[in-house]
Amino acid sequence: MGTALDVRVKRAGKVYRDGEILSGVVVITSKDTVQHQGISLTMEGSVNLQLSAKNVGVFEAFCNTAKPIQIISSTIEMVKPGKLPSGKTEIPFEFPLQMKGNKVLYETYHGVFVNIQYTLRCDMRRSLLAKDLTKTCEFIVHSLSQKEKLLPSPVDFTITPETLQNVKERASLPKFLIRGHLNSTNCVITQPLSGELVVESAEAAVKSIELQLVRVETCGCAEGYARDATEIQNIQIADGDVCRGLPIPIHMVFPRLFTCPTLETTNFKVEFEVNIVVLLHDDHLITENFPLKLCRM
Amino acid sequence: SYFLRHARSRNYVSESEVCKLESVPLDFGDYHPLKPITVTESKTKKMNRKGSTSSTSSSSSSSLLDPLSSVLDGTDPLSLFAAAADPVTAAPPTDGARRKRDKDEGSAVGSDFEPWSSKRGEILARYTTTEKLSINLYMGSEKGKTTTTGSAVSEKVRTRLEELDDLEEGSQKELLNLTQQDYMNRIEELNQSLKDAWSSDQKVKALKIVIQCSKLLSDTTVIQFYPSKFVLITDILDTFGKLVYERILSMCVDNGVSLPDNFSPESVNDTAKETCLNWFFKIASIRELIPRFYVEAAILKCNKFLSKTGISECLPRLTSMIRGIGDPLVAVYARAYLCRVGMEVAPQLKESLNKNFFDFLLTFKQIHGDTVQNQLVVQCVEIPLYLTLYSPAIDWILQCIAYHAPDVLLTEMMERCKKLGNNALLLNSVMSAFRAEFIAARSMDFIGMIKECDESGFPKHLLFRSLGLNLALADPPENDRLQILNEAWKVITKLKNPQDYINCAEVWVEYTCRHFTKREVNTVLADVIKHMTPDRAFEDAYPQLQSIIQKVITYIYDFALLFSVEKFLPFLDMFQKESVRVEVCKCIMESFIKHQQESTKDPVILNALLHVCKTMHDSVNALTLEDEKRMLAALINGFIKMVSFGRDFEQQLSFYVEARSMFCNLEPVLVQLIHSVNQLAMETRRVMKGNHSRKTAAFVRACVAFCFITIPSLSSIFTRLNLYLHSGQVALANQCLSQADAFFKAAVSLVPEVPKMISIDGKMRPSDAFLLEFLCNFFSTLLVVPDHPEQGVLFLVRGLLNVIQDYTWEDNSDDKVRIYTNVLHLLSAMAQETFIYHVDKVDSNDALYGGDSKFLAEINKLSETVVSQILDHLKTLGKEETLRRQSQLALYFFNTILAHGDLRNNRLNQLSVNLWNLAQKHGFADTKTMVKTLEYIKRRSKQPDMSHCSELALRLPLQSRT
Repeated sequence: MGTALDVRVKRAGKVYRDGEILSGVVVITSKDTVQHQGISLTMEGSVNLQLSAKNVGVFEAFCNTAKPIQIISSTIEMVKPGKLPSGKTEIPFEFPLQMKGNKVLYETYHGVFVNIQYTLRCDMRRSLLAKDLTKTCEFIVHSLSQKEKLLPSPVDFTITPETLQNVKERASLPKFLIRGHLNSTNCVITQPLSGELVVESAEAAVKSIELQLVRVETCGCAEGYARDATEIQNIQIADGDVCRGLPIPIHMVFPRLFTCPTLETTNFKVEFEVNIVVLLHDDHLITENFPLKLCRM
Repeated sequence: SYFLRHARSRNYVSESEVCKLESVPLDFGDYHPLKPITVTESKTKKMNRKGSTSSTSSSSSSSLLDPLSSVLDGTDPLSLFAAAADPVTAAPPTDGARRKRDKDEGSAVGSDFEPWSSKRGEILARYTTTEKLSINLYMGSEKGKTTTTGSAVSEKVRTRLEELDDLEEGSQKELLNLTQQDYMNRIEELNQSLKDAWSSDQKVKALKIVIQCSKLLSDTTVIQFYPSKFVLITDILDTFGKLVYERILSMCVDNGVSLPDNFSPESVNDTAKETCLNWFFKIASIRELIPRFYVEAAILKCNKFLSKTGISECLPRLTSMIRGIGDPLVAVYARAYLCRVGMEVAPQLKESLNKNFFDFLLTFKQIHGDTVQNQLVVQCVEIPLYLTLYSPAIDWILQCIAYHAPDVLLTEMMERCKKLGNNALLLNSVMSAFRAEFIAARSMDFIGMIKECDESGFPKHLLFRSLGLNLALADPPENDRLQILNEAWKVITKLKNPQDYINCAEVWVEYTCRHFTKREVNTVLADVIKHMTPDRAFEDAYPQLQSIIQKVITYIYDFALLFSVEKFLPFLDMFQKESVRVEVCKCIMESFIKHQQESTKDPVILNALLHVCKTMHDSVNALTLEDEKRMLAALINGFIKMVSFGRDFEQQLSFYVEARSMFCNLEPVLVQLIHSVNQLAMETRRVMKGNHSRKTAAFVRACVAFCFITIPSLSSIFTRLNLYLHSGQVALANQCLSQADAFFKAAVSLVPEVPKMISIDGKMRPSDAFLLEFLCNFFSTLLVVPDHPEQGVLFLVRGLLNVIQDYTWEDNSDDKVRIYTNVLHLLSAMAQETFIYHVDKVDSNDALYGGDSKFLAEINKLSETVVSQILDHLKTLGKEETLRRQSQLALYFFNTILAHGDLRNNRLNQLSVNLWNLAQKHGFADTKTMVKTLEYIKRRSKQPDMSHCSELALRLPLQSRT
């Protein structure tokens, strides 16, 4: 490779917030001098909505919103056409992350049907003989803190055969009593989900207890919408036949990028839920669902 | 023979007056080459590996430092290598360095904390299996799941999280039917591939390997191997933790300056922090509980990069996380690992340690629950065996808790255990982990608890063994001691299984020896014999029996007392396998030599030890290594030297005779015996003040005869020669003239057999230097040996000269001529009216012949022959390549003439001038030497009767160097 192009943002974590200034350098390394037709840098933020397979047929008929929604976009010309010396050239840049009017900068989120992504793209245009060079670099946006939204909302729960819905043969169920609590269903995204769970009694041996983090993505417009729930991660908190009566900690760290503060817009929604899944040795699966509200502090 | 030689007549008394060195009082404080090497102060301590010189203090007069032993003092490079190379006992070599660095951090544990590394070998050796094992590195099952659920998921969006779960894209590896050794090899391979992946920058692959390995810890099939599996896999985790920590640490290097050991999180740069955070996020998303726990625990130390309180927040969380592990065995080992990491990273955080133990107590009832019991039935594992699997983990947790803990805490722990039905398993761990002093002080309580405790399958003899181990280290209260022994032994003696019995007894023997008399020791030994004899049970218990013997002789080293323990010898009889028997004998003899201060004639000791020595001796065969033989011989010699019957010389001699017949296969012992007998003869002479009575004369002759018949059985020729000479001298000193003659004749006739090369320390070396040395020594003795009345004049000297003449010397060596020159010294000494020395009460030739002219003529004739031989030889050296030798030899001969010849004789005078010139002729003479020689001659000429020397000096030109 003759010429290498690289975009580096200043912060190690690449995390920026609304109102801050995104700064960094474009680095060009080459053994020889570089002839070019100008170097430009583009910052873009967009929401990509994808249509789930099961809905696509119906949905397309109504609406045509599958194209990306732009949140922010700006381009600057960094270097006018000319020559760059051989060796390493660093060109600093700065972008203010400023939204106009009432608009907000959504937080970066990588989901299945909804993707919110921010990128920096550097283009070096070159003469006809050489190919244009492009380098893309993702940076991450965190939304501003939402203090007013956070109210602790502890939940106590009890699971017995009687509390279950969707049971085919209630009689064949083994007896069990599982109690516990979540410290709050309103969660700060940087803090783990926490709580406790006690298997007070269970006729059948416990095989596993898991926390299933689920995202619920809704895409749609006035004409209709599609709502899909998919698993983000599954964290086992108990393995094997745990001791009865002994509280087991519920603890789950929210993964970065794959979670964001609960988001509701006119076009799409991103929500989260957690399932407590108890798997018994006779392959009975008991699930208890808790909707969560995530926010950033 | 154109030349007559004249010996200069000497007056030895006056000469010695003149020549005697001025006596200088020795200052003992000064340097002496044999004193121990002392280094008063070394600037830095970093040299401590090179053991030989660094360790001594400045007190030079104290015990002699043996440079060899100090080299062997733990730091010898071989054992270091061995320790590092041994894959079982050694953690990765850098581990030591890391541990050292940790120690420097001040907060770390001290050296009085028994480290994990010393436990792991023990665990690996103890928990083994012959059953087939399997490794199931099943990657990709997760993946199958995700692809089915989310068919719409595009490749692009595939998360890195999901990637974590498969090692190689979709690979599933299940290795079945592995033997234990295979299994260990596989794990080692994984350890290696972890390091490889890491060094080739495949961090994600490294993490996958670690996750897959820690998953293996949730598998409890072949449960009896679980503790060993734990050891193997946590090694990998340790490696991983170290790699991650060091990687992040290396990212903190700023302008070539690395972080200090006790850095604060503020000084860590953002990139390092981000990387560290990334690791924690990745680990937090591991699906399964057990790998998530282990991997996070492995990198616990990395919390230091993020915040000051990180570790103290993590530890309690990880502790309660273990509650989710259903299998009690898996859980307790997880706790042990957490305690281990905790002790290493933050030993000051005691709370979590206690919490771990209390949580364990809370889940204790699970052990007897259905899930576990069913599992045991399936695996055909008995409860007692199952319970012992817990011991290493509980021991370790308790050891961490007990480290520097106040007694109050220990008492509380004890009470808690008691509340749980006084469980045997817990009690045992308490005894293994808590301070020995703590246990010993409460011995009677413990005995009570052991008796009462709910056995629930845990073998009681193990409890007594643990208690015994504590009592070997710390003393219980004086008043309880006998009762403790009685109570314990009452139980021990009832054990049916010989292995259980001996494991217990072995420990309690030490306690018995420590606090009680030989009567109790005897009883204990008798009991052991009684238990171990049926069905030859001792055959399976040699190590334990050996350790019993060792303990007994450590405490009872008065051998009179030891052998009065009636059962001691019968106990020895249980060692029927020869190699073990010899080992035991060696121990006994080592102890004897170390502790016996005075020589002994106690028949009990002698009999017993002769028996012991005989056993050692009889083990020698054609295959025995030289070193082994040397060691055995040294031990036997040590014993022989300690035997003394005082004035009963006859008895002493018969002891030596008996010893000779017993130890005939070990030459060094025979040599020692000859020396001892010679010494005995000289001792007799000393007692009789040189005047032997008829009886003592006969005794001395018996001693001489002993030596005479023993020497030929030795194989080393120089040993024989020297012993002949030595014994001849002793015989002469004891007026056994014909015997002395016989020795010397034997020596003379042995000289032709001396080979040109001899083996020294396994290497072939020329023997000439040894022969030269021996012959010179021999000549000095021959001076005082009187001629045999029936043999010719100077019979022995002639004989020796003939032998020298006929001996095939090395082709281009001057040894023969050097010897001849030395013979001239002898002959000139013989020509004196009074010899320079005599043997008391033996008339030498000077007295026998009284300066008879015929005798002198004989001497002259001999001298003449010898001189002509020398001159002939000098002539043959006239060739170009031998001129240097000719010069040296000429000067040597010149010096001899100067010292011994009568230079007033003209021909001799002329000869010396010729030799002087010859020495200088070809320019090989050392000018300095020549000048000094000349100065000497001039100085001597000033002495009375030596005026002729000045004339000589004038005739000796000095060759000037061109």
